[in-house]
Amino acid sequence: MPEPGTPEIPGAWTTGTLDQVRRDGRLAYLRLALETPFTHAAGQHCVVRLRAEDGYTAQRSYSVASAPGDELLELCVESMPDGEVSGHLHEEARVGDTVEVRGPIGRWFTWGGRTPSIAVVGGTGVVPVVSMLRHARALGVHDRLRVVVVTRTLAELPYADELLAHGAFVATTRENSVVDGRDRVAATPYPDEVAPLAEGVERAYVCGSPGFASYGVRLLGEVGVRRDVIRVEQFGPTG
Amino acid sequence: MPVTRGFTGRRRPVDREGRLPPGQHDVGDGWPVLTAEAEPHLRPEQVSVTLDGLVATATTWSLAELQALPHSTYAGDIHCVTSWSKLGTRFTGVSLDVLLEAAGPLERATHVVAESVTGYTTNLPLEHVTGGRAWVVWDHEGRPLPPEHGGPLRLLVPHLYFWKSAKWVSRIELTDVDRPGFWERYGYHDLGDPWTEQRYVGDA
Repeated sequence: MPEPGTPEIPGAWTTGTLDQVRRDGRLAYLRLALETPFTHAAGQHCVVRLRAEDGYTAQRSYSVASAPGDELLELCVESMPDGEVSGHLHEEARVGDTVEVRGPIGRWFTWGGRTPSIAVVGGTGVVPVVSMLRHARALGVHDRLRVVVVTRTLAELPYADELLAHGAFVATTRENSVVDGRDRVAATPYPDEVAPLAEGVERAYVCGSPGFASYGVRLLGEVGVRRDVIRVEQFGPTG
Repeated sequence: MPVTRGFTGRRRPVDREGRLPPGQHDVGDGWPVLTAEAEPHLRPEQVSVTLDGLVATATTWSLAELQALPHSTYAGDIHCVTSWSKLGTRFTGVSLDVLLEAAGPLERATHVVAESVTGYTTNLPLEHVTGGRAWVVWDHEGRPLPPEHGGPLRLLVPHLYFWKSAKWVSRIELTDVDRPGFWERYGYHDLGDPWTEQRYVGDA
């Protein structure tokens, strides 16, 4: 592993007020105004804590979708079976409600905008990479971040329209699609589809479930990306 | 502290009350996988652990040699800084006390840096890996430790957040300085006691 950079200290807990709430099936897109905003790097996550009247709390980590510099903090929360926090955010939360937020966290899975990189992501693993893509767009360097997304169907993919609009290669595994004007039969990405995107990259990001992460690392290996430049973020069944 | 309108939460069953450190939740039978790097796939015969640095006799044990030492089992709870805890789980391996006794720590040794085959590192005070509080383990619940959980061999220091329990551990270096490891340099706490919520740099 390369030497890490300067650590960034997460701030104290701050109050976040829900400014926008949009639900789409199993996904809830939340935008929060923080009482004490923090500056995050693209790819970082934060912790959300909910507090009951009697002081009982529950907290979970969520990747940040907003770009550094966005005045609101955007999260995309997947509804988990029996999820204590995701369940509340999906079924109960509404604009104006408050939660507690702490961040930014994680100085490893970050992209500063300079290093030519490829990201291979699946499911809600796209969220930190959405932040990276928005960051690339803001800097005008979108050619420095190539994104490969694997999803069963386009409908299940968080930020599908935004990813497609910004040139991500989206491989659907349960439905046929059209890529670059050509029909593509449902399949995981083929090495020859990924190889041109991996050309010249100096770093790679893989984010998804543990099973997906092993797959993503293997795929990158098949197209010649060295293991020691791969940064992995996995999320477990508790999200 | 702001209350979240409408949040009641799922209370823990009474028998588990008191076992969860602040801010943690119980994952039940689950065991999330969190790793920062590409997962290595090691055959058992490729695995060894070396104790070196400030010791009288730098020593390397193959997995087979470790397994020939007296075994001990940890049965208890583990806590990850990302807020999950797994309660009542069992690991078997060799106590670090046994390895340290063989290598003979020098008097001025105060810390250890555990290193993985991936290059991952984590630092611990020596007193936190002695006295029956740390192991190298190859067995979880009676089965070989799977690679995604650090198998064939990982460090186990269950009284601290689980990033201290380095997966795929290959070396434990004794030092007389506290040299921050991988996550410790990325803004995580130097010690990582879950009961006082030492999650990030600056936490008391």
